[in-house]
Amino acid sequence: MNNYIKQIRKEFPIFNKKINGQYLSYLDNAASSQMPKSCINTLKKYYENSHSNIHRGIYTLSEKNTYQFENTRNKIKKYINAKYEEECIFVKGTTEAINLVAYIFGEEHIKENDEIIITEMEHHSNIIPWQILCKKKKAILKIIPIKKNGDLDISCLNILMSKKTKLISLTFISNAIGTINPIKYITDIAKKKNIYVLIDGAQAISHIDIDVQYINCDFFVFSSHKIYGPTGLGILYCKKKLLNNLHPYQSGGSMVLNVELNKSTYKNIPHKFEAGTPSISSIITFGETLNFLQSINKKIIYKHEEELLKYAHFILLKIPNINIIGNQINKKNIISFTIKNIHSHDIATITNEYGVAVRAGHHCAIPLMKFFNLTSTTRISIGMYSTYEEIDILYKSLLHTIKLFNKKKKV
Amino acid sequence: MNINELYKEIIIDHGTNPRNYKILPISNYTYKGYNPICGDTIHIYIYIKNNIIKNISFQGKGCSISIASASIMTEEFIDKNINYAIKLHNLFNKYLLGNKETIIINDKLKALSGIKNFPARIKCATLAWYSFKKAIKTNI
Repeated sequence: MNNYIKQIRKEFPIFNKKINGQYLSYLDNAASSQMPKSCINTLKKYYENSHSNIHRGIYTLSEKNTYQFENTRNKIKKYINAKYEEECIFVKGTTEAINLVAYIFGEEHIKENDEIIITEMEHHSNIIPWQILCKKKKAILKIIPIKKNGDLDISCLNILMSKKTKLISLTFISNAIGTINPIKYITDIAKKKNIYVLIDGAQAISHIDIDVQYINCDFFVFSSHKIYGPTGLGILYCKKKLLNNLHPYQSGGSMVLNVELNKSTYKNIPHKFEAGTPSISSIITFGETLNFLQSINKKIIYKHEEELLKYAHFILLKIPNINIIGNQINKKNIISFTIKNIHSHDIATITNEYGVAVRAGHHCAIPLMKFFNLTSTTRISIGMYSTYEEIDILYKSLLHTIKLFNKKKKV
Repeated sequence: MNINELYKEIIIDHGTNPRNYKILPISNYTYKGYNPICGDTIHIYIYIKNNIIKNISFQGKGCSISIASASIMTEEFIDKNINYAIKLHNLFNKYLLGNKETIIINDKLKALSGIKNFPARIKCATLAWYSFKKAIKTNI
């Protein structure tokens, strides 16, 4: 293995721990990635040395935290190349970010008979908020279908779009099968027709450099815990001009200028959308995560991830009766598969005995599963610290699975 | 924890070659159970006459544990009094939820006991039993 990746892996303390008597082979990065030591230390130090609430505290700890809190926002702005830092709103995750958009943008911009376009490969969190909105507003939800290889059938986009289309909301990378979507192409078409675009970047953020100005999307959403940061934190990016004209999502403390008993005035963006005490410790820790991400050589990491995914493909194809779901050539960091007559939960239970963490189930993408006539798959997903050895152990555990289930049949 | 405790030969046998895996020509109680965690389904068909389970079968999609559990359950219930089946259902549930005092006498049911060490899989084992309980409350 590449020495640089070896060094990187050492930054993640979880790999020193044994699980079921085995060192952890962590292949569930699409669900949640691990945190480097520097971030864990930041979180620990925060609670040991500086925990306090932000904003109106006129004392050292509070002022220090407020500074670091806002500093994270600035780092996020730079990381995704937003134009202004107030375009970045702290929420609790990608799910909340999409719900927020459905709620505030939907409330003002979606009218009866308007259309919203999503795709057949979306995570449930990019389906249900739009279903609820469409039901409430008597709007229409349209779906871009997928093709057998897991690609989006982009030729349908022109047919689906109409004068009534207000929003296209789609994922950059499928969380279930790893397909990467041509979001720039879609955004360019949408913009010509004055259609708003939301990109679910939950999977993409850790494997592709994001430039929201280049993409030119109106909304970009992602979670901290899928990019080596802490849980409980998500980011909603929204273009300033649009954000300025939207009403608040939740209301209460921190988001007001003045409150009278019969009316209130709100702060400007971004604080207008951040009612209540946010996840301060996670936000400050995420600032450190971004420092970490800036300090590493992304070129080497992306190349490693690409080569490792190819290797995993090659190894998995050696497994008898395996079927890899989604075969896009450029797909990123995820391989979903089934093995004939062996259920994904049985597979995951046995790989777990080898210390291999994989995910089994519908991956919150039941419509996509239905398209492939499946109820579940086993999914592996790699991160910057993933190794060839981990794939080899996975292979060994899968051979064991097959041996176990084929034993009886021969009798 | 050992994987062989969970995947005993009898479980693999019933999981890969399930018994009573069919739709009954005549049934008067039926229910399709669904596990939202994994999307698995077990559809139970029962024919009860004079309080005796004359016939019981199932069909569905699931892991080896849920299929084996369903298969073993149907074998266990055929020609048994409905009250006996309910009693066994309750005992089995209590047993999996960690009640040590509950003794499962039957060897086949004992084979499912390995599940106790795999909390994430208990729902797989109980899906068929849950569907059975729901079915007998749903007279068709």
